[in-house]
Amino acid sequence: MTDHKTFTLEVLRYNPESDDVPHVQSFTVPYEEDWVVLDALNWVKDNVDGSLTYRWSCHMAVCGSCGIMVNNEPVLSCKAFLRDYLAGGNTKITVGALKNFPIEKDLVIVMDSFMEKLEAVKPWIIRTSERPVEDGTFTQLPKQLMRFKRHTMCINCLLCYAACPQVGLNPGFIGPAALALAHRYNLDSRDQGKELRKDVTASHDGVWECTFVSACSEVCPKDVEPAGAIQEQKIESSIDWALDHLMPGRKSR
Amino acid sequence: MSETTGHKTYTRANKPLVWFPFAAGGLVAALMLPVLILVTGIALPLGLIDAQAMSYERVHAFAAHPLGKIILFGVLVLPLWHAAHRFRMTVQDLGARSSGSRSVVAALCYGFGMVFTLLCVAALVSFW
Amino acid sequence: MSRKPYVPTLPNTWWLEKPLYIRYMLRELTSFFVGAYVAILIVGLWHLSQGPEAWGGFMSALSHPLAVVFHVIALAFSVYHTVTWFALTPRTTPIMRGDQFVPAAPIIGAQYVIWAVASIVVLVAVLW
Repeated sequence: MTDHKTFTLEVLRYNPESDDVPHVQSFTVPYEEDWVVLDALNWVKDNVDGSLTYRWSCHMAVCGSCGIMVNNEPVLSCKAFLRDYLAGGNTKITVGALKNFPIEKDLVIVMDSFMEKLEAVKPWIIRTSERPVEDGTFTQLPKQLMRFKRHTMCINCLLCYAACPQVGLNPGFIGPAALALAHRYNLDSRDQGKELRKDVTASHDGVWECTFVSACSEVCPKDVEPAGAIQEQKIESSIDWALDHLMPGRKSR
Repeated sequence: MSETTGHKTYTRANKPLVWFPFAAGGLVAALMLPVLILVTGIALPLGLIDAQAMSYERVHAFAAHPLGKIILFGVLVLPLWHAAHRFRMTVQDLGARSSGSRSVVAALCYGFGMVFTLLCVAALVSFW
Repeated sequence: MSRKPYVPTLPNTWWLEKPLYIRYMLRELTSFFVGAYVAILIVGLWHLSQGPEAWGGFMSALSHPLAVVFHVIALAFSVYHTVTWFALTPRTTPIMRGDQFVPAAPIIGAQYVIWAVASIVVLVAVLW
């Protein structure tokens, strides 16, 4: 337990209209035992510097908006409790924008690249044969749902992209969340779009850029297990590739 | 087989060609290498195992046998390609980012694998 | 308002920033020792093909203190490869039984059993 009435919040600031590089600014912020980092940011914005810029929305770890670096770890600021960082005599918390993304301003990143990658994997049910209305709804057994349910939990918070060194080394890498979502739909018994997605997921910027660091699965606040999803796709893509080359004409494309 | 979405065109890579040996070699290395290193690199040189265990006659007889050849090939060449691929990715992790430097690293690593594979095969076919 | 995003570059020392990355880099560096060890064995196989004296020369070289030191380090790295490989396998091939996934522990345990059996087989083959 800490007796801090206040603590130091170090924020990596960046104003595109006046700065060339980000710089650190320190604030003295009240400590409340039930506060999270997001509450501290809101306090600074409300009481000290209204120009402090950051994303947030639900404040309950379901919308995925508030991803930032806290003490060099990617977390949701609404889920990062001050008391956990200020235990044992610590009096300082350092925050910055998510790693591996361009910084728009302060803690806001440019996420256009992710939106393109997400769109590229076609994260929706794809049917090659439409099911007539008279046949009724799709039915799905519990085990069919269980097969892919974990990967449905993704809230697109991008903590996995901040944690993944391959994203940092190659910005073109499709990345953990997009590949996990491709897998989510490939595994869904209602989907028929696997072949369509494979051109993207099995490309050089797809699953093959991954070296199973597994930082993505470690930081994921929703336990989506993107790392496992990618490895499963590597195996499946390899078997597919081998069969394609051994049996030409196997694929319709 | 390619897909154009937004601004990028994606085409399936031939990566499985190196990934299959990587995966198979990783498993073989995991199972076989510790005991082999212990025997050939530590126990035998230090005399903990009698040097006769790996005398010329015994090892030659093993390498001359068709089954011995297959086992030696599997135990030596698969981990070799596992290591070549993983080491290639490691050098990329440590700084080779441009496509030019990545091509050089890949050529050196898979070249190493190719040279030692040929050496291994050449040696194995010479035993009868 | 004009946009001017700041584009950071990941430094080549990224892997020193947290324990998870350091453990990953150590795992990747096992590939150096895996590759070096099988390359040494392949060189040995080549010496075997050149006759008893060449083989004897190879075995003496293995007895050199520096060679033994190398193999001790290689053994440590190869065991680390084994441990990390076994731990990752369940996540690459999830198995469903009924409505649930088979937990990781039995899959990891089964690999250790196979490892023990394979090691014993090698020891028996060498010592017999």
